[in-house]
Amino acid sequence: MNSLRVTPKSFLLPGISLLILVLLAASPLYVPPYTIVLLTTIFMFVILTVSWVLFSGPTGYISLAPAAFFGVGIYITAMLGKDLPLLVVVGIGGLASFVLALLIGFLTLRLRGIYFAILTFGLVELIRHFLLFWETNITGTRGRIVVLVENEHVFWIMLGIFVLLMLTTYFLRRSKFGLALQSIGENEEAAAHRGINVTMVKVITFAISAFFMGAAGAIMATKWTYIDPYIAFNPLFSFLPVLMAIFGGMGQIYGPLVGSVVFAYLDEVLTTKFPYYYMLIFGVVLVVSILYMPDGLVGLIQRLWRRRWRGQHAST
Amino acid sequence: MIEIILEVVVSGLLMGGIYALIAMGFSLQYGVARVLNISHGEFIMLGAFITWAMYTVFGINPLVSLAIVGPVIFIIGFLIHRTVFTRLRTSSPSPAAYEGSSMLAAFGLMFIIQNVAILIWGAEVQGYSYLTSSVNIGGVVFATNRLVATLLAIGIGLAFYIFLARSRLGKAIRAAAQDPTTAGLMGVNIKLVLTLCFGLGALLAGFGGSLISMMYSIQPAMGFQYTIIAIIVVVLGGLGSIPGSFIGGFILGLVGSIVAYWQPALSLVAYYMIFILLLLIRPKGIMGK
Repeated sequence: MNSLRVTPKSFLLPGISLLILVLLAASPLYVPPYTIVLLTTIFMFVILTVSWVLFSGPTGYISLAPAAFFGVGIYITAMLGKDLPLLVVVGIGGLASFVLALLIGFLTLRLRGIYFAILTFGLVELIRHFLLFWETNITGTRGRIVVLVENEHVFWIMLGIFVLLMLTTYFLRRSKFGLALQSIGENEEAAAHRGINVTMVKVITFAISAFFMGAAGAIMATKWTYIDPYIAFNPLFSFLPVLMAIFGGMGQIYGPLVGSVVFAYLDEVLTTKFPYYYMLIFGVVLVVSILYMPDGLVGLIQRLWRRRWRGQHAST
Repeated sequence: MIEIILEVVVSGLLMGGIYALIAMGFSLQYGVARVLNISHGEFIMLGAFITWAMYTVFGINPLVSLAIVGPVIFIIGFLIHRTVFTRLRTSSPSPAAYEGSSMLAAFGLMFIIQNVAILIWGAEVQGYSYLTSSVNIGGVVFATNRLVATLLAIGIGLAFYIFLARSRLGKAIRAAAQDPTTAGLMGVNIKLVLTLCFGLGALLAGFGGSLISMMYSIQPAMGFQYTIIAIIVVVLGGLGSIPGSFIGGFILGLVGSIVAYWQPALSLVAYYMIFILLLLIRPKGIMGK
């Protein structure tokens, strides 16, 4: 997976990104409220996808646990949202997921390949069913009401989490730690023999990625007035990030970014325009992108671009 | 007290027969064809719905439907493997990459099959009654359909095991499971064997679905819970071990029955707990090598 290595040039130029960021941050001033809500949802998916790739991209471990971390964030807001300031709640949501990921990581990251994928998936289901059992049989109340927050505040916090995530991704990949992570993905035994504390590197990265998922869940919960285990721990939140990353292409750092933005927008359009066919289209896109776009949307565009470029040269 | 124990055990064994059957299909698809088929439950659902449709529309006996469901589901599975998984396998850089991508493709298939079923049959819960007269097993009373379904499940499972152990094709399948490259050098048509295995796994799922529809109400979203059960049983029995899946099915059936007697809402939680503990303590399963 050499192609995953990031050079400063392949990353968006800092100036342009800063400009886009300022424009985005000021967007509540000049776009309609609906667009702000849409942008918030898109950024939620971007955060889930990019943080999923942060761990699963270089290591090759397919984690199906995002829904667990996302759900923990949601529940933290549902429990503490009334009593604490929003930013603190979001921080606690992220930290709770971080701690959960440390625990899960130490327990499960010695499993390889497919076992890890099934285990993380089972974990989401376990949490969901246990919470459901707890709510219906012990406390006797199913679901919770979440305090509402103004759209702009939710959007700004989401944007803040996104910026923090991008900076983390960028610096992590450039650091020695990122190189260690990459070498684990290429050959775990060899990495261990070179003196890398394989388990520690994997678990910490797993936990960092979980922090962002939890924070995103904590802030997103305020957009939903009512939550219950089925909504908070919906396994779709585990699959969508994986799908968006594959759809965009994991070869480049901006692949997951492009994939999640395009896909999240499509998701929004599809659910409103074709509610009955939404899941069907979702399945078809998943199968087709695995079969025909091994390098994702970004890879496909690059290939088409190169072909066109070469074609022009041939004709002159 | 003895009666309660007997009731729990018999009901666990009755459930275990079906679990064993669907887990064998799953095990075949993973153990040989190397596809962690998350859409396995959807083939069960298809089998159940075809049986139900034939019973309610044409009045065909569900036991007769087995002869129709089997080939139909086999062909669907065969074609899906040919179009999707064969292509994926040849384009994947490594077996590990294939396992990951085929699992994700199976997730996509799950959504496709489930939603096509919803478009055809609607999302409602359906059902029919067949052989509902009661039967007495050692003082415990059960519906006849459960007994018939379990005996058929065990029969099909055993027949399939004998096919794998004794026939020439069965030998080729076992060879392909152990070492596809060497088996290919010995003249086994690997591409065909893998596709056949996927089809046969789907066929077993279809049979399981037919039998399930005799006992329980069905709906298009029913598949996934059976996929989960199949995964747990297969991990319990050892990934790729057919006898392990068979035994594992009965063990999980018993455990489910015991937990359901004590606290019905916790049976799914118990399944996941077993699954996670098993993966952590003995990921090879009881019969794994």
